[in-house]
Amino acid sequence: MKHFWRLLPLSFILLLSGCGAENMSALNPQGPVAEMQFSLIALSLYIMIFVLFVVFAIYIFVLIKFRERPGDTHIPKQVHGNRTLEIVWTTIPIILLLMLAVPNVMDTFTLANTEIEQEEAEIEEENGEENGDDAPGSVSDQEAITIEVNAHQFWWEFEYKDYEFTAGQDMYIPTDTQVNIELISDDVQHSFWVPALAGKQDNVPGITNEMWLEAPEEGVYNGKCAELCGASHWLMEFKVVAVDQGTFDDWVDGMTEPPEESIEPTNEVAADGREVFEDSCISCHAVGDEGGQQGPDLTNYGERQVLAGYLDHEDEKLEAWLRDTEEYKPDNEMPSFSEDEIDDEEMDALIEYMNSLKVLEED
Amino acid sequence: MSTAQTGSKNVIWDWLTTVDHKKIGILYLAGGAFFFVLGGIEAILMRIQLMFPEFTFLGAQTFNELLTMHGTTMIFLAAMPLLFGFMNFIIPLQIGARDVAFPFLNALGFWLFLFGGLLLNVSWFTGGAPDAGWTAYVPLSSESAGQGLDYYLLGLQVSGLGTLIGGINFLVTVINMRAPGMSMMRMPLFTWSSFVASMLILFAFPALTIGLLLLMLERLFGGQFFAVDFGGNVIIWQHLFWIFGHPEVYILILPAFGIFSEVIPTFAKKRLFGYSAMVFATLIIGFLGFMVWAHHMFTVGMGPVANAIFAVATMAIAVPTGIKIFNWLLTLWGGRIRFTTANLWALGFIPSFVMGGVTGVMLAVSAANYQFHDTYFVVAHFHYVIIGGVVFGLFAGAYFWWPKMFGYRLNETMGKWFFWLFLIGFHLTFFVQHFLGLLGMQRRVASYLEGQGFGDMNFVSTMGAFLMSIAFIIFLISIFTSKKNTENVNDPWDGRSLEWTTTSPPLHYNYPQTPLVRGLDAFWLEKYEGDGRMKAAEPLGDIHMPNPTILPIVISLGLTIASFGFIYLVYWLIFVGLGITFGAMFIRSVKEDHGHHIPVDEIKRDLEEG
Amino acid sequence: MAEQQASTYEQLPPNPETATLDGRNKYLGFWFFLGGETVLFGSLIGTYLGLRAGTADGPGPADLFHLDLVFIMTMILLTSSLTSVMAIINMKRGSHKKLLGWMWGTVILGAAFLGFEIYEFYDYYQQGLGFGTSAFSSAFYALVGTHGAHVLFGILWISTLLIRYRNSGITLTNAPKFNTAVLYWHFIDVVWVFIFTVVYLLGIGG
Repeated sequence: MKHFWRLLPLSFILLLSGCGAENMSALNPQGPVAEMQFSLIALSLYIMIFVLFVVFAIYIFVLIKFRERPGDTHIPKQVHGNRTLEIVWTTIPIILLLMLAVPNVMDTFTLANTEIEQEEAEIEEENGEENGDDAPGSVSDQEAITIEVNAHQFWWEFEYKDYEFTAGQDMYIPTDTQVNIELISDDVQHSFWVPALAGKQDNVPGITNEMWLEAPEEGVYNGKCAELCGASHWLMEFKVVAVDQGTFDDWVDGMTEPPEESIEPTNEVAADGREVFEDSCISCHAVGDEGGQQGPDLTNYGERQVLAGYLDHEDEKLEAWLRDTEEYKPDNEMPSFSEDEIDDEEMDALIEYMNSLKVLEED
Repeated sequence: MSTAQTGSKNVIWDWLTTVDHKKIGILYLAGGAFFFVLGGIEAILMRIQLMFPEFTFLGAQTFNELLTMHGTTMIFLAAMPLLFGFMNFIIPLQIGARDVAFPFLNALGFWLFLFGGLLLNVSWFTGGAPDAGWTAYVPLSSESAGQGLDYYLLGLQVSGLGTLIGGINFLVTVINMRAPGMSMMRMPLFTWSSFVASMLILFAFPALTIGLLLLMLERLFGGQFFAVDFGGNVIIWQHLFWIFGHPEVYILILPAFGIFSEVIPTFAKKRLFGYSAMVFATLIIGFLGFMVWAHHMFTVGMGPVANAIFAVATMAIAVPTGIKIFNWLLTLWGGRIRFTTANLWALGFIPSFVMGGVTGVMLAVSAANYQFHDTYFVVAHFHYVIIGGVVFGLFAGAYFWWPKMFGYRLNETMGKWFFWLFLIGFHLTFFVQHFLGLLGMQRRVASYLEGQGFGDMNFVSTMGAFLMSIAFIIFLISIFTSKKNTENVNDPWDGRSLEWTTTSPPLHYNYPQTPLVRGLDAFWLEKYEGDGRMKAAEPLGDIHMPNPTILPIVISLGLTIASFGFIYLVYWLIFVGLGITFGAMFIRSVKEDHGHHIPVDEIKRDLEEG
Repeated sequence: MAEQQASTYEQLPPNPETATLDGRNKYLGFWFFLGGETVLFGSLIGTYLGLRAGTADGPGPADLFHLDLVFIMTMILLTSSLTSVMAIINMKRGSHKKLLGWMWGTVILGAAFLGFEIYEFYDYYQQGLGFGTSAFSSAFYALVGTHGAHVLFGILWISTLLIRYRNSGITLTNAPKFNTAVLYWHFIDVVWVFIFTVVYLLGIGG
């Protein structure tokens, strides 16, 4: 970016970047926030490797040079100390730390400022007016959207505040748009982390925390809960799905007003499945406007990346999950359904129905 | 005045009632070692579970209990007591005293620690250990089912009280009990750093006491401190915990620094380089240790101003720490370095700890910390400083002072196997964890998903943990097989400070005559510039010593019984327990005990035998 | 313990409480202990300040506190500190009788303070402020209750000393004990002044 210190650790950026999965590594940043953090990581690493080099060099030299040799019985000179040296190794670290502290303080404020893009856009607009240039702003001038992320044991709820609907588990965002995130929790503390896009902030009960992120590239990014929240903490994953603006708009339309097929399926099996859904699921899970909020919204279940936050999206997995939720996610709130409650035929219908829950046009 | 007391013949009774700082030191070491092994087993179980992705060796709930107990045990019940063991045994010897300032409280501190630690571990057998992490963040901890968290609260409260008492005891001992000539700026660095650590204990532990008290009131008596619906605030717990918790890591590392500052000069045959800078750096670290607690909370939403301030304050700690590292290196410079096992631990410490230190600075970068926080990067960092610093320090201290404490030297060959295997195992275990964290593995996970690319590095990490265990077993064996190495144990390393002037193990009154200290490195001074013997500061005469007493154990037992009463809310049990405790305190207060005198004839007899 | 009686007051040094190493250790150790206690109360006061607005639906500070009662309590406690100072002055003069007399005064005033506090708590409870009513109530009772527990412990401690040493005269053994007990009493007095300011004055004014 535009600051000089970001160029300094360039060699290490080259060395480290590309480490790890593209959708889940802090070393392989996919957005401006993660990039900013990565360049700080690289800068600090750069300085620290210099420190390590100096210490190790003296250390190895000393151990070789001053080791006791056989037959050596001399008594070394008892040196008290050296004031100049003390000053040297007090001052140099302070300078090194200042090199790190200054960009850090600036970035800390940048990351806390969710209005940054608007400000930049406004500045550009003003500049544009002054120059008498009427051209519209660049792509990143898209107005920011706001998503309230409510973390639950052990799933994620995304409320799109600009559009008034709620999505579960998969967080769709438009590319090249600043996404402001408000973090809350109703049960215990969680932490919202999408390593490839942005460092984490905590979902703290009783407090609303803010952060922002942006994804220039389309893709599916892994997100995780990073704060111990109970037995299934390690399974509390989610996905951030970055799509182009057009697809995002379609998705928003579909989520606000789901296709008729999702509410009153024309397919006979799916219609049976809808009945099962209304009997057993709808009190906690919503499709469109209908349904409870205790569990994740299922309006776009058929397009989920994974089910239950981590299982492969397969019919057998879904059945196994519904039959015994405790086995797959210990201590979660969802009840299991035995064959007395949902027999095999009903189960097949339910799965058929659930797979049909899609809000985006098929290609 | 004196009520002469002849030593009881019963060995067990003797240890239960002892107020001798050396015996209490050994008790601390034994107790700490027991919990160290326990915490180590917990770690190995977790490492086995993490060896393969989606492995099902342990259930997630069990895993959470293990990670909680591993952290709690290692910090409160292993590292700190083991350091207390050395502090108890060595500090009075180093300052030329015959005992600590409060022998009774010293014993009480040990028994409180032991009973608190055992109480905490009883939870394994009563329906589940605590499961909310050693940090016990609310509301996870305040809403945790079962009694596990109650055991955590009461167990830590009891053992924490013991630690606080111990801290006050060391402070007064160092200030009031020094031999003639032993000015503050002639004190060995181990005594100095233990003194500063005791200061940190004094000012840090009460914050934990209050945190635990509030959480106990919340869980057991309907308090609403952390209940958001009732106007509570969950962040208060985190502040209280870390106001204690961050100084706590300096409570651990400073005495370890002190041990290295004894070991390195001894085996370089050189005076510690920059003694006064070292003392000053210790004080600065202790002071800054209280200014940085919130760097554990960068992601909870304190706002950019607080984050920036705490980030810079945290970075500042690197400066005095760096001063120490360079002074150790310059102590070695120009010396005649002997690679004994004790010194190997000190030399292994320098690079290992520096690696932990630099990741510490990286973590202090608040904006980047959003990526590091709560990942394996943090796990790697604090194991590098706690194992590479504290545990290496404990092993260095063990090999260094073993002859003094037990009258025999540990086998050097086995010691070197122990060192190298442990060092390799340690780096194998924790180095890869830096990368695991950066690649997206969060901490405190019971497992990780297949296909996220964490499998290989976790496997390597577990292998390293096995290696460390094997190494430690070699050490345990060497304790029992080295007992014949009893020659040259009084001053085996050409020591520099006062403890090496005594017999090994020292007489129970330490010094027949209080030594006169004529400078820093008092014994070295007499050996190389005098006639090799300490000058006496007093004529040979009767020595006054405190009497043994069973009351400390009774007081501790009473508190433990009362703790069970609190955990299960059985009110009569609370009254019985507190009744025993206060009754014993009452007896202690009313029944004056003036100790006993060792007649000069007996001392002369000891001297002839020695 | 007949040997204790041997040391009469003519033989006592001017500061009997710190004349022996034991006495000096106790004195210094107790100062350190009070340092820890300061952090203890500091944490409680900090917690209270953080939670005092969290009254949920329960009554708040302004609804409850009557300053007149608390002012009387403050005066009682301050006076009890004064009597303990008189006790120590008399101890240094070697007057065992006056030491006991003034100390009993401290105990009685302390008990009166505690009585008022119990009445105060009872009154608040009647007005609907239970321990679990709100974060404010929990923090209030935890802070003031911890202080009250300290007062109670002080009363028991000093009474024990007074009964134990009712006939012993002033000795090098009991002088440090009286001295530390009085030091403790001053400390809880000072803590109360902070509580009075932070909890009561701020509660009504702020």
